[in-house]
Amino acid sequence: MSTNNTLTAKDFSSDQDVRWCPGCGDYSILKQMQTVLPELGVARENLVFISGIGCSSRFPYYMNSYGMHSIHGRAPSIASGLKAANPNLSVWVVTGDGDGLSIGGNQLIHLLRRNFDINVLLFNNEIYGLTKGQYSPTSQLGIHTKSSPLGSIDHPFNPLALALGAEATFVARSMDRDPIHMRDILKKAHEHKGTSFVEIYQNCNVFNDGAFEKFTDKKQKASTTLNLQAGEPLLFDNGEMGVRLNGFQPELVKLEEGYSINELWIHDPTDTTKAHLLSRMFGDDVPRPFGVLYEGKRFTYEKAMQDQVDASIKAKGLGDLDELIKGKNSWVVE
Amino acid sequence: MAATTELQKVTIHFAGDSGDGIQLAGSQFTNTTALQGNNLSTFPDFPAEIRAPTGTVAGVSGFQIHFGSVEINTPGAEPDVLVAMNAAAFVKNIKNLRIGGTLIIDESGFDKRNLRLAKLDENKNPLDDLDPNDYQVHRIEITKLNREAVDGLTLSNKEKDQSRNLFVLGLVYWLYHREMETTLTFLQQKFRSNETILEANTRALKAGFHFGETIEAAKRYTVSKADLAPGTYRNIVGNEALGLGLIAAGKQSGLDLFFAGYPITPASDILHFLSRHKNFGVKTFQAEDEIAAITAAIGASFGGSLAITATSGPGMALKGEALGLAVMLETPMVIVNVQRGGPSTGLPTKTEQADLFQALYGRNGEAPIPVIAAMSPSDCFDAAIEACKIAVERMTPVILLSDGFLANGAAPWKFPKSASLPTITVHKATGDNYQPYARNENLTRQWAIPGEAGKEHRVGGLEKEDITGNVSYSASNHEKMVKIRAAKVENISDMYAPLELIQGDTTGKVLVVGWGSTYGASKVAVRWAREEGLSVSQLHLRHLFPFDKELGDYLSNFENIVVPELNNGQLVKILKQEFEGNIHGLNKIQGLPFKAKEIFEEIRKHA
Ligand code: SF4
Repeated sequence: MSTNNTLTAKDFSSDQDVRWCPGCGDYSILKQMQTVLPELGVARENLVFISGIGCSSRFPYYMNSYGMHSIHGRAPSIASGLKAANPNLSVWVVTGDGDGLSIGGNQLIHLLRRNFDINVLLFNNEIYGLTKGQYSPTSQLGIHTKSSPLGSIDHPFNPLALALGAEATFVARSMDRDPIHMRDILKKAHEHKGTSFVEIYQNCNVFNDGAFEKFTDKKQKASTTLNLQAGEPLLFDNGEMGVRLNGFQPELVKLEEGYSINELWIHDPTDTTKAHLLSRMFGDDVPRPFGVLYEGKRFTYEKAMQDQVDASIKAKGLGDLDELIKGKNSWVVE
Repeated sequence: MAATTELQKVTIHFAGDSGDGIQLAGSQFTNTTALQGNNLSTFPDFPAEIRAPTGTVAGVSGFQIHFGSVEINTPGAEPDVLVAMNAAAFVKNIKNLRIGGTLIIDESGFDKRNLRLAKLDENKNPLDDLDPNDYQVHRIEITKLNREAVDGLTLSNKEKDQSRNLFVLGLVYWLYHREMETTLTFLQQKFRSNETILEANTRALKAGFHFGETIEAAKRYTVSKADLAPGTYRNIVGNEALGLGLIAAGKQSGLDLFFAGYPITPASDILHFLSRHKNFGVKTFQAEDEIAAITAAIGASFGGSLAITATSGPGMALKGEALGLAVMLETPMVIVNVQRGGPSTGLPTKTEQADLFQALYGRNGEAPIPVIAAMSPSDCFDAAIEACKIAVERMTPVILLSDGFLANGAAPWKFPKSASLPTITVHKATGDNYQPYARNENLTRQWAIPGEAGKEHRVGGLEKEDITGNVSYSASNHEKMVKIRAAKVENISDMYAPLELIQGDTTGKVLVVGWGSTYGASKVAVRWAREEGLSVSQLHLRHLFPFDKELGDYLSNFENIVVPELNNGQLVKILKQEFEGNIHGLNKIQGLPFKAKEIFEEIRKHA
């Protein structure tokens, strides 16, 4: 019995009760994942979700597929071993800002540079939720939390800049409150051959409510977000504002002030340098880019690994255990 | 023509600076000697510091080989021959040389500079003070003679001197009637891309050999073939045997072998070995850290591979949390710990058995993992296969303990035919309605691998509900699961071959109970004691957890139990806790293996 893409979202939902706080952004991500899966055409038995520890990491329990809820920060390496063992699987890592960028930072960056064909969904809520509200490596400087009553003095990570620095071949950003956008990004992440890194802004309504409100709020959204589309100019504020490049310096320009659309920065996700610039559009004074910042091509690790095995067999012949045990120098005692 | 004397056994210690090619000379002598049919045991003693200053005692690299026509179980205690390439090598090792032994010296390693570096008085050559009645001393201008031998080749003096080890090796070959053939073939392979270096090394070896003829009053020796059991033999070091065992286990189980490791002394050679044998379908993964290595192995195990990771003590400490996950997942994998001196970074190049407690207890929660130990270089092969068999057939992580002495030590191995190796049966999920934590009569769960339709399931580190494997916080379920996991591991002793004494009677005054690499020294010590008429027997434990069922019966039949260990007393504490009797520890914590004499003396105290 092999399942196919005649399945519906419901077929990917497990029999376990979902246990996130009511109103948590995780629900939306779970729903978009289950909704998009039938379109991807991956048989359920070939689908695996691997997570670490944290609120986001309960995700695999709710998916009717293979899955592992592992230990804190190590999902990337578990997924790597799994993908190496069976390159035919569709492997998804679900992690968070604490799991993926703090305790598991090393595992994450090495997954990205190796470029296994694995999709990483990093639910960024800028807080430790499961342990009830300490600041995380993406929390804003100065944030008041249980462990930073006087304000956090930790400079936050810029996750996409980090991913690009770690040589990721697919880097994207989406948010829990924009289901259509998220489904589109999930699909693109799946289609990309190599490690796809997707940061999803996720509201933790219990411990860090409204952290991304300025990007999700209907009124502010237009001026604070930049929707990236390959081949399209960088426009925001309902097309009234644009971004142009002055050398390597992005400049925000008002179109009615005489700037033509032809002068704007045209998004090219294959351009590494520009992707770095986009990832650096991270302050309050610039709109935040959403969408695929970068998509490059590089061989996948699991393929290279298998190729070496195949080439080795071709060159030396399939190993003969008795010959190997015997070695090059043996002698007989009568 | 020099006189030739027949010897039963000889111990030679090669010593020089770490850049002198001592390990190469030692391993060449070993291979040649093995091929000439002698029994042997070796002990490479690497300098503690990788880049210790040239000429200093800290930078001395040693290689000891004990070979003979009789049974050889240890690398020997007091060498009969010491080859010292410089003053530091001399200072470090002269106290061990047997009185009456032979000393071979490179004079040029005793100039003022070398004396100073060895922290000796630079105006006083210690060789001048040696009593000629104590040793047979050959003071040879090896560097000078070797440069003459390679004269005419376009090489710098430094490059010329790099073949000195071959000159010495040639000389020792001559002294002990060894053939040069194996080494000449080896050189041709190794230096096939550089003819000049090949020529230099070849000339050096031959020059050393022929130089022997010119030494006045030099005695030559022969050592006859050992009376080994009929069969085909090869020479093997522990780490290679372990790697071979893993490949064999892959074949026997029909599973793909996946090995993940992070470089660490003295385990890295297992990674190196397996990386060279990808044509056996082996996938090797050099991870970014120790945690990634074990978790990648867990992922591969989840994906249906025979998953292995190997490390040493510090790496084992880092893997602790993931070991707990493997216990919870009940997924098959083998974790190899090639032990070295600890704690912390400890003595990376020295051997120790101090990670037994870590293997048994080093995890949070009730996390039982079977622990087995290899006892000789060639036994690393069998131990690796057994570890994989337990892991796969009982769906559990297994810890396999080796140590630095076994890892790098060599011994002849009467290797098996692959057809005679144990079978390994995979516990694949069958039937419909797969329940991940349903169990068979020995409490083993079934292995369903991603890609199998209809068996989709989720596993994880949270406590599992019995049978379904769903997350469960139920108090009674937790207690039940802890007991089930414990009982499952206890059941593994059903798989063991009957425990047998290595030597001696089943009752008596003293029973020597060892584990791991103390096997050889214990064997010799017990043999000596028995030859003296003492009532002594030897038992050696492969299984540290769970113990063999018969262990208690053996212990109860002796008045005294002696437990030699290269640690501060670990197995001995467990035995005292679990069994009655007069149990005595014998402990050595010097980064060195036991000398048989040390165990022998302890036996005497109790016999
Ligand atoms: S604590 Fe925050 S992130 Fe966690 S489930 Fe609740 S709302 Fe969601």
